[in-house]
Parts: sequence; structure tokens; C-alpha cells
Amino acid sequence: MSDYADLVDFVYHEARLLDEQRFDEWYDLYTEDARYWMPLTRGQPDGVSHTSLMYEDKLLLRVRIERLKNPHSFSQHPRSHAQHVLQAPKVESVDAATGIAILRTPFFYMESQMDESVILSGVIWHHLVRSEGHIRIRLKKIELVNCDAALPSIQLFV
Amino acid sequence: MSDYRNDPDAVQALVREDGVHRDVYLSPDVFALEMQHLWRNTWIYVGHDSQVPNTGDFYTTTLATQPVVMVRGEDGTVRVLMNRCAHKGAKLVSGHQGKCEANLLRCPYHGWTFRLDGSIRSIPQKAGYEGTAFADSTAAKGVVAIANVRNYRGFVFARLAETGPSFEEYFGESLSSIDNMVDRAPGGRLEVAGGTLRYLHDCNWKMFIENLNDTMHPMVAHESAAGTAKKLWAGKPEDAPKPMAIEQFLPFVNGYGFFDEMGVKLWENGHSYSGVNFSIHSQYSSEGDYESLMEQAYGAERARAILGEVRHNTVYYPSLTIKGAIQAIRVARPIAHDKTVIESFTFRLVGAPERLLERTVLYTRLINAPTSVVGHDDRHCYRAIQEGLAADGNEWVSLHRNHQTTEQEGMAGVYNGLSEVSMRGQFRAWARFMRPAKPAGDAA
Repeated sequence: MSDYADLVDFVYHEARLLDEQRFDEWYDLYTEDARYWMPLTRGQPDGVSHTSLMYEDKLLLRVRIERLKNPHSFSQHPRSHAQHVLQAPKVESVDAATGIAILRTPFFYMESQMDESVILSGVIWHHLVRSEGHIRIRLKKIELVNCDAALPSIQLFV
Repeated sequence: MSDYRNDPDAVQALVREDGVHRDVYLSPDVFALEMQHLWRNTWIYVGHDSQVPNTGDFYTTTLATQPVVMVRGEDGTVRVLMNRCAHKGAKLVSGHQGKCEANLLRCPYHGWTFRLDGSIRSIPQKAGYEGTAFADSTAAKGVVAIANVRNYRGFVFARLAETGPSFEEYFGESLSSIDNMVDRAPGGRLEVAGGTLRYLHDCNWKMFIENLNDTMHPMVAHESAAGTAKKLWAGKPEDAPKPMAIEQFLPFVNGYGFFDEMGVKLWENGHSYSGVNFSIHSQYSSEGDYESLMEQAYGAERARAILGEVRHNTVYYPSLTIKGAIQAIRVARPIAHDKTVIESFTFRLVGAPERLLERTVLYTRLINAPTSVVGHDDRHCYRAIQEGLAADGNEWVSLHRNHQTTEQEGMAGVYNGLSEVSMRGQFRAWARFMRPAKPAGDAA
């Protein structure tokens, strides 16, 4: 599926914006009706009738981003830092009717704040659309391999 | 530092009427004594019976750091067994929940099997025990079943100590908060639903429990989370439909006056709730035909009384905290003096619109999850206390706010919401139940 090289590049670009904490630019990659979803259990059917770690619409993403800018976000004293390590994203399917491309990207993610760090791993699913010459995210779903562990705070974005 | 393990008086001296010594949070010895006395002498929350709906279903957890398994027996009774093989001590079941094959607990090591009441069903090659003292040993009695277990409207509690206050004596009128939570189901029943969040905290368990009715912190600690949500919503038209998330975030940054007028009610033994007059949950939108379903189930007057009781957090000291108004609970599972797992469970109100499950699932995600912007700041503050208390020059934590000397005579009553009286009540119970149990027959 070499025609989709720009979609693959897009996934790398998205992770880089997060690791460089360019959250406003990152936010603009999402469609207005987008969801950022990190389920709590494996095979979880939805984020509405079952608790998720994250099931954020754009409003809730905006709350998180603005909070990170707030000097009174005490849990961010000092700031956390994160790094994604992505396996090559693979285009799994493209829906001819809707144009939605689904990409699968295994990952490692480390979030660190002084002496404490959390390591998460799993698979990221991107549902991407093309809109007015741009690629945009309709759904980013992060399936954690360690979703059932007792986790410490996860303060940034996988 | 005192030799707390051998000096009960030194333990008692850690609690004053209006403050506590830092060692209640910092000392591994005090933690060990808490698990040995406070968490054995009191009634601890185990789980909800809807987690083991059928015979042979099990759910595992810890009580006072000890592994236990809650299991539904062939007679339908929910029992709590020590999760320890009678032979060499292996945990019989691992994982959080499951079903016992053939309704037997079978040890994965040597294959001893036990019935769901803990009694021995079979031991491989049993002839090897002939002529030994095995028959008279503790092992021959099977898996230890905890004698003092109470299933109260689905909520299963256990007291590990053989003697001590009865369930009713211990909880008394505080059970009204569980009653209200269950009564909110038109079907009169709750079911655990929506998953379990397990949030690892690097702090002492008491910091979490104290925080539940600490009404002086939301407007400070949660300004960045709820205040940001409030700012983003500001300027929207009055009649714009408020997203549920905004409705849930906004009250966290209400002013001191709101939280003071909310009121806090204390019972004996460390139990309390805030939100006597109203709470942060009072202004939620009504959901579908829920109110009419409640009226059909209870009659208009009783339904109004049930739904008019909108308590904030009720603390069932020392292990369980509940939010009846949105059917969510949090359970403290202490691991070490500076390590605690907080488990969050949500419930379906049987017979209510599914939207109410969606509401509690959202609240739990927004407020209680390891990914919660509210949880982050709470956890940060607990850890800051855990580390800050190591500083010399002031070994005492102040609990003076609104202290009255009349509290000496008894603490049950209603107080202004901003008072630190709920913490004083907890530590009074703490000191009482930290005393070593008197030997049987000692009348003193």
C-alpha cells in the first residue's frame, strides 16, 4: 500500500508533536467529531457504558491542553516528558465510500517525571480522513497491553 | 523514633484531639500495627455480591494486605475465604475474578481440592497421611473461612478479628448512605458494571480517606482542572445544553461558602459524609423517565425523599467510600505505609435508564482514573505530604479547623462543611481500634 505513504508519515508526525509538547498543533489534527480513546479492558465494545482510561471528545482534549498551560496544574510541577517509539504503521483498510483509512501502529511509550516513570505499550489504531487537502484524525484508539495493571498517573497523551 | 511494636502507649500518643503525629503516615511499624489491629478489629469492605452472581463465581482482593477470595457457595451464600491452600500456602486462585471449575477450589501446586465453604474435598495419595498427626492439624480443617462476614444489601464486609463490634454496632446509622444508593434503583438492586479502575498511589492510605470529606481543597487543588473547564464553557448562552462532563467538572470550583453550607455529618467510629444539605451532585440534569420509574416503584412521596438525598462522599472507615448519588464507590487497598491502590467501581441501578450508568462511568473516568486531571492533582498533593512530612521542626499535622472542646463528649452530629471534624473523628476511631484486642475473659 505504498500509495499511502503520506498517511504513514502523518502517524509519525502526530507522535512527534506529542513528544515535543506542541499540543495546540496536535489538537488541530483532529476532526470536530473526533474521539481519543484509551479503553480500560481488552475488547471493550464502547466508551459510553464502560469506563475507559480516556474517551475524550474535542472539548475534553481542550480542557487537558489548557490545563497543562495553567501554572496552577500542581501535578505538572515539574513537567512530565514523554517519548513514543513506534513500529512502522501499516494501512489495514481503506473504505472506498467514506475514505476512512485505518492504520495499525504497535508502540512503546514512556512518560517520565523526575524519579517516577510509567511505561505503556500496545497498539494504536488511527482512523484517518482526508479533508480539504489535509489528513485528519476521526478516531485514535490506544489498546494498552497493560490496561489491567494498577497504574500510576498518566498525565500526557499516548 | 518510638518502638511502636512494643509500646501501645506510644501509638496512642500519636493522636491528639486536634492533630496527629507524622508517624501515622511515615512509620512502617505503625502501618504493620494498623493492619494487625485497626484493619482487623473493624469491618472492611470486601466486594459486591453482584460480582459473584452464580455458584462457584469468585472475586479476589486483599483485606489488611492478606489475600482473600469471595465466593458464592452451592447454598447461594457469599463467603469470604483466605486465599491460601491449607497445605503449603499457595494462593488457590489468581486473577481478579473467575469461576471455580466443578465448583471446587483446586490448588495449582499439589492438587488438593476444597469445597466452596473451604472444607477439604480431596487430597491426592491420601494414604501418606495415615499414622501422622495430620487429622488434628489446622491443615485438616481446610481453607480458613472468615467467620464474621455480613452481606448488607449486596455490600459484603468482613471483620478479621474473632471478637469485636457487631456489624450494626460498628456502622450504625451510617448505613443510611448505602440504603439511599440501593434505593435509587427502581428495581431495588445494584449491579457492579462498567469495569474496575485501579489507581496506584505512592502515599499512605489515610491521605486518600481523609481527602474524601476535605472540602477545603477542591477550589485550590482542582482549580487547574475544573477551573479550566469553567473558563472554556464561559460565554456559552444560558440555554446552551451543558455537556455532562461540564456539569460534572464545574462544581469542583465552587467557592468556600458552597462547601461550608453543604455541611458534614459524623457518626461514631470514623464514619462521615459531606453534603448534608446539598452537594456537588445536586444540579445534575434529570435523565429520561428515571423519575417516573422511581415514582412507579416507590410512590411519589418516597421517590422524592430518596432522590432528594444527594450526599457527596460517605466514608465507611477505614476502607470504603461511596457516592450514592451517582452510584460509584472507591475502595482503599493499603499495600505499604507509602503505597496504596485505590479501586473504583461503578454500578447499574437495576430498572433505571442506561443513561445513569453512562453518567457514573463518565464521572469515574473524569475524576477517579489514573488519567484524570482531577486525580492527578489529588495524588500529587498526597505524595507531597508523604515527602514533606519528613521535614523536621514540626512533627504534627494540624487538624484544628473548627475544633470544639465539646467534641470530647462524642462526635456524632452535623457540622459546618469546611470543618476538619471528619478527620478528627477518623483519628479518634483510629486510636480506639489500634489498641490490641483484650484477651478473651478479660473483663476490664
